[in-house]
Amino acid sequence: MKKLFSPDRRDYTISFGIVLIAFLVVQVMIQTGNITSSFKGQLVPICAYIVMAVSLNLTVGILGELSLGHAGFMSVGAFTGIVVTTTLADAIPFAPLRLAIAMAAGGLFAGVMGVIVGVPVLRLKGDYLAIVTLAFGQIIMNIVNVLYIGRDENGLHFSLLEQRFTLAEGGKMIINGPIGVSGVSKLSTFTAGFVLILVSLLLILNLLHSRTGRAVMAVRDNAIAAESIGISITRYKLLAFVVSAVFAGMAGTLYAMNYSTVTAAKFDFNTSILVLVFVVLGGLGNIWGSIIAAALLTVLPELLRAVNDYRMLLYAILLIALMLFNNSKLKERLFSGRHKEVE
Amino acid sequence: MKKILAMLLAGMMVFSLTACGGNSGGDAAADDNSASDNNTPAADEGDTGASGEAGGTFKIGGHGPLTGPAAIYGNAAKNGAQIAVDEINAAGGAVQFELNYEDDEHDPEKAENAYNALKDWGMQLSLSGVTSKPAEATSTSHNDDRIFALTPSASSTAVVEGKDNVYQMCFMDPNQGTASADYISEQSLGTKIAVIYQNDEVYSSGIYERFAARAKELGLEIVSATTFTTASQTDFSVQLGEAKNAGADLLYLPIYYTPASLILTQAKGMDYQPKVFGVDGMDGILTVEGFDTSLAEGVMLLTPFNADAEDERTKSFVSKYNELFGETPNQFAADAYDCVYAFKQAIEQTGATADMSAEDLCEKMIEAFSSMTFDGLTGEGMTWTDGAVSKSPKGMVIENGVYVGMD
Repeated sequence: MKKLFSPDRRDYTISFGIVLIAFLVVQVMIQTGNITSSFKGQLVPICAYIVMAVSLNLTVGILGELSLGHAGFMSVGAFTGIVVTTTLADAIPFAPLRLAIAMAAGGLFAGVMGVIVGVPVLRLKGDYLAIVTLAFGQIIMNIVNVLYIGRDENGLHFSLLEQRFTLAEGGKMIINGPIGVSGVSKLSTFTAGFVLILVSLLLILNLLHSRTGRAVMAVRDNAIAAESIGISITRYKLLAFVVSAVFAGMAGTLYAMNYSTVTAAKFDFNTSILVLVFVVLGGLGNIWGSIIAAALLTVLPELLRAVNDYRMLLYAILLIALMLFNNSKLKERLFSGRHKEVE
Repeated sequence: MKKILAMLLAGMMVFSLTACGGNSGGDAAADDNSASDNNTPAADEGDTGASGEAGGTFKIGGHGPLTGPAAIYGNAAKNGAQIAVDEINAAGGAVQFELNYEDDEHDPEKAENAYNALKDWGMQLSLSGVTSKPAEATSTSHNDDRIFALTPSASSTAVVEGKDNVYQMCFMDPNQGTASADYISEQSLGTKIAVIYQNDEVYSSGIYERFAARAKELGLEIVSATTFTTASQTDFSVQLGEAKNAGADLLYLPIYYTPASLILTQAKGMDYQPKVFGVDGMDGILTVEGFDTSLAEGVMLLTPFNADAEDERTKSFVSKYNELFGETPNQFAADAYDCVYAFKQAIEQTGATADMSAEDLCEKMIEAFSSMTFDGLTGEGMTWTDGAVSKSPKGMVIENGVYVGMD
C-alpha cells in the first residue's frame, strides 16, 4: 500500500483508481438499471473530454506552453474518423475494430497536423504557440466548412470550396461542406471511451515518469539550464506537443462517432477554452485533477437543468468557487494532511 | 505567467457564460406564468378513457435554443407551443397536454443531452428541435427509441431522411429553393439575379444549392453569388458592390432576417435598389429593433405564415401572443402552435390514450400522420409523405410596413 502511494507512484494509483472505480460504478448502475438516460447519454462525451483534458495538460501543464487550438486537433480527428469508418463500413463489419482503426487514423492525422504547427513555432521562445494554435483552430474550422468528400463505387472524391464531382448511383456524401456530416452510424460506446482513457493515461503517465518526461519538465522549468546539459529543446517540446495532438485527435474520433451529425463549428475557440478550463481547474500538471475536472464540469450543466434559467449563472459561480478553492489555504491543508498520513 | 494568462482566459469564459445567461433572464417571468397555467385539470378524465376513446394528459417535450445567438427561434417555438397547449387545456377536452421545453443552445451535443433529460421526464410525443443541426442529431435518437417527433422548424433534409417516425411542420430547405425559383420565373420578377447567402449555415446554403439548380433548369440567370459567414455578417459592401456591378435587378436573400436587415440598409446607403426576394427566414424583418421599415418596402418573401392574415384563428393567436410575450409572433411560433394541434388531431383520430407507452403511441401517430389532412395557421390541407409536409408557400410583399399577399 505504501508503495502504491510513494511520490512517484501516486499519480498512477490515483488516476487509474478514479477511472477504474468510476467505470465499475457506472457498469453496476447500467446493469441494475439505476441510470438515468440523461447521464447515460453523457458517458461518451465525458470520456472524450477527459482524454482531451489529459492530453492538453501534457502541453499546458507539463510542457508549459499555452495551446488555444486543442479543439482543432479534435476536429481533425473527428472528421478523419468519420471518413475512415464510412469507407470501411463494408470491409470491416465488426464495429469496435472499425472504431479502433478510425481512432488510430484520427490520431495519426492530428499528429501530422501537430508536427506542421509545431515545427516552426516551437523553435521560438515566448507565447507564440498560443497565437499560432489559436489561428490553427480557426483555419481547420474554415477548411472543413468548405470541404466536400463523397464516396461511391469508384472510391472517394474530394473537392474544396464547391462540390466539383458528381457521385455515381448509390454514392453518398460523407462531408458536405458547411452542412457538415449527417447520418453517421454511432460506433462509440462507454467501454470504448474507457479503453481510450486507459491507453492515454498509461502512455502519458509513463512518458511523464520516464527520462523523456523529465527532460520535458526541465525544458519547462529552465530552458537555458536544460540546453546547457545537452537536452534538445525543440525536440522535446515537439514530442510533447505532438503526443498531445495525437490523443486530442483520438478523443475527437470518439466524440464524433457518438453523434449522428457533426459540424466543424462545434470545434471552435469556445471548445478549446472549455478544455483549457478543465485543465486549469484540475491543476496544471495534475493528471488526475484533469480527469475529475473534465468529468465534473461536463456533468454539471446537465445537473443544473433543474434550475432552468439560472443554470448559466450558477455554472459560472461554481467555476469561480472552484478557482478560489484551488488557490486557497484550505486545499493545501486538506491535501498536505493526507500526504503526511500516507508517508 | 502562463497560469495567470490561463486564469484570465478562464475568467473570460465565465464572463461570456454569464452574458449568455443574462439573455434568457428576460423571459423567466413569462415561463413561470405559463408553467402555473399548466396545471392538469383533466388528469382523472384520462384514466377513465382507456379503451378506444382518446384521452389523458400527454407529455410533449421539445428542445430548442432558449439561450445564445439563436435563442429568438427557440423561444418563439416554445411560446407558440405553450399557447396551443394552454388553449387546449383550458377548453377542457379529453385530450390534455403537458409541455416541457429544454435548452439545447443550438448545439447537437447539448441537444442530445436535452433529449435525454426529456426522456427521463417521461416524454411521450416530441417536438424535436427547433434548429436543423440539433434536430438532426436527436432525430436518430428519436428513431432508435421509437418516440414520435414532429419538428416545427428544423428544415434540413437529413432530419427526416430514413426515419419513419420523424415529421416536419415546415418546408424542407430544398423545397424552398425550388419554390422560390419557380415563383421568380412564373412572375418574371427579374432577369439578372444576384444571391447573397450564408455558407456556414445549413439552412441558407441548402436553399441556395437547390435554387441554383432550379434556376439553371428554368433559364434564370444568376449573375453574382456571394457568401458570408456568422463571423463576417456585419458588412456587406463587397457582396452588394459585386451584385451592383454585375447589373443584377433582383437580389435573392435565402438568409435570416438579421443580416438581411443590414443588407437592405447598406444597399440603400450605396444607392442600389434592386427588387429583393427572401424566404421564410426573412419573416420577422419588420420587428428588428432600430430598423427603418421603409427600407423593407417592396421586399418579397415566401413564408407559410402571415401574422396580418384576417382569419379568426390567426387573429386570436397573434393577439394572445402579443399579450403574453409582447411581440408579434413569427413563423416559428406559428409552426410550433400548429404542431401541438396536429398532435391533438392525430390523437383524437386514432383514439390514443395517455397511458400508452411512447412506442405504441409512435405507431399510432405514424398511422395517423401518413393519412390525415391538417388545417393550421401555416397552411390549409397539409398532408405528409415520408415525413415531409406538403403545403404551398405564400408569396408576400411588404407594403406600407405590413405583409400583403402577392396573388
